[in-house]
Amino acid sequence: MSYTLGQEQLDGMEEVLQQDLIDVGVRCVFLIDMAGNIIANQDNGESRHDVYSLAALAAGNFGAVSAMAKIIGEGEFSLLFHKGKKENIHFNKIATEFLMITIFSNDISLGFLRLKVNEAVERIKTILGSIDAS
Amino acid sequence: MAFVNPKKKEVQVKIVYYGPGRGGKTTNLEYIYDKFNKRIKTEMVTIKTHGDRTLFFDFLPFDIGKVNGYDVKIQLYTVPGQVKYNATRRLVLRGVDGIVFVADAMAVRREKNILSLKNLQENLANYKKSIFKTPMVLQYNKVDLAEQGIPLLPLETIERDLNSKLKTASFPASAIVGTNVVTTLKKIISMTMASIIKELK
Repeated sequence: MSYTLGQEQLDGMEEVLQQDLIDVGVRCVFLIDMAGNIIANQDNGESRHDVYSLAALAAGNFGAVSAMAKIIGEGEFSLLFHKGKKENIHFNKIATEFLMITIFSNDISLGFLRLKVNEAVERIKTILGSIDAS
Repeated sequence: MAFVNPKKKEVQVKIVYYGPGRGGKTTNLEYIYDKFNKRIKTEMVTIKTHGDRTLFFDFLPFDIGKVNGYDVKIQLYTVPGQVKYNATRRLVLRGVDGIVFVADAMAVRREKNILSLKNLQENLANYKKSIFKTPMVLQYNKVDLAEQGIPLLPLETIERDLNSKLKTASFPASAIVGTNVVTTLKKIISMTMASIIKELK
């Protein structure tokens, strides 16, 4: 699929990521497409992750998990969560082509994070709703 | 297709190294990483099996500066060449902008090259892309093996096998020594950029 995003949509998405996630204590969040391109990213200023490599791996990881889902008769697994000692990663699919990846510490509970991620996903869906997809 | 970010003035371009197993795709990326490691700020990412074969992909991002006022970020990927890993190969091809097909010039690998190119065509078709319309460069790797007396495919044979319909740029190369590795890369970048600029107009 090919799509275009305008300045306004990108601004809107960054604002959502900042307000719904960074402002509540998430370290780093980024929005990618399934090809591994970064569409928008925000962090709290302390994170120094290599987001381009993370995006490539995340897209690959999600693709692999989707293929597993099909084998066991599920259409897809729309969210994934990897737990670490200090840092955790949460993946959430948005529409068919996009993924939101959130990196957060143990200061935030998974339940609260999922709630905020859901809110952000809904707002981003509204912004993406008007994209020129073909 | 390439992702263009008008806000950050940035273009992300995906170039995939494709080809039969043990053909030298990862070696191409390793050579590029070694040669330009002063300019490449990040580590090369590889997902390998214990036997040192690519399991999923290798990933190498780098900047090539500005084109028409946009920062261009080139992202090189390789696919696993082994036949059984087609599902992962297809995943990596998603959103590809340009392809380097690394063929193995050893005479014994003739059939494998042809099958891999056919597989590429099928996998692209899965994304509704035509192999004839995607920017592509052919690389005939391992030409250095001639010195050790290993039989290689004559250039005319390999061209006829792989390039008679594609009619695209091709280079004999040695990824391990570095012969024509950078030439191949420059060629695919320029072809891909030209195609993206054309598409954006």
